[in-house]
Amino acid sequence: MLLRAGDIGVLLAGGGIVVALAVFAWSGGRGDTVVIRAAGQVVETTALTHAQSIAVDGPLGTTRIEIEPGRARVAADPSPRQLCVKQGWLTQSGQAALCLPNQVSLEIRGHASAYDTLGY
Amino acid sequence: MTHSAIDLPVTADDRRIARLAALAIGLTLAEAAIPSPIPGVKPGLANIVVLLVLLQHGWRAAAWVSGLRVLAGGLLLGSLFAPGFWLSAAGALASLAVLALARHLPARAFGPVSLSVLAAWGHIGGQLALAGAWLLPGAALIKLLPVFAAAALVFGAVNGVIVARLLAAPETDRQTPPGIATGARKR
Repeated sequence: MLLRAGDIGVLLAGGGIVVALAVFAWSGGRGDTVVIRAAGQVVETTALTHAQSIAVDGPLGTTRIEIEPGRARVAADPSPRQLCVKQGWLTQSGQAALCLPNQVSLEIRGHASAYDTLGY
Repeated sequence: MTHSAIDLPVTADDRRIARLAALAIGLTLAEAAIPSPIPGVKPGLANIVVLLVLLQHGWRAAAWVSGLRVLAGGLLLGSLFAPGFWLSAAGALASLAVLALARHLPARAFGPVSLSVLAAWGHIGGQLALAGAWLLPGAALIKLLPVFAAAALVFGAVNGVIVARLLAAPETDRQTPPGIATGARKR
């Protein structure tokens, strides 16, 4: 007999463990909220559920942040080098785009935060 | 001219272990030629031999075969004492430790397939533990864990079925281990 009762149990338990490992290791990466700060102060915390556009004022001008289901980006910013705009869409928990001259930041959060805190 | 020879008595046990280890080493070499999409994901064919030895000749013989396989495999593949060798050794060690416990499971319910799957997990467990502690500390090994666990489950189950089939072979073939039976008869 190739497979005994316990073998089937081991295989089923093994499959369960693999699925549990996959869920544990691979989920929690996608963010579900976005935190927008201006000059270090949180100005907006919103869920990544529906499309919206948020304008935040900084020392240089207005930073426009675009939110779509599951992702967010800095759509326009007055910063000279446009680094935070070039970062494009952010989806993973812990990702952040900083528009330093304009002191605006965009941070994606998930239910499990990848970092306790980030210092800039 | 003085001629001194140290005579090491060779028992039948030694010969058997050497023969089986050679078989395991052969499988290790053959396996090294199989391309793998992810480094570290291998069928682990040599574990078939180790498991057969465990079930037929006990844990001590299996440990010898496994150890000799890792050592000689490292020599022949040119990876002796390289990181890959230590990973292999850690995997073999963990696998043997798991088997030492698992072989006491009631044989009525738990056959070779169970032992093979558990041993395969011992293998990846030992390898990943060493890799995480020594080679890639801080790397996101946890993200790879499901891949390795799934591969171990599949290959472990397949190897286990092979072992069960070989054990179920007629008694005449079982006197000498399957696979080298023909080679042994020629002598």
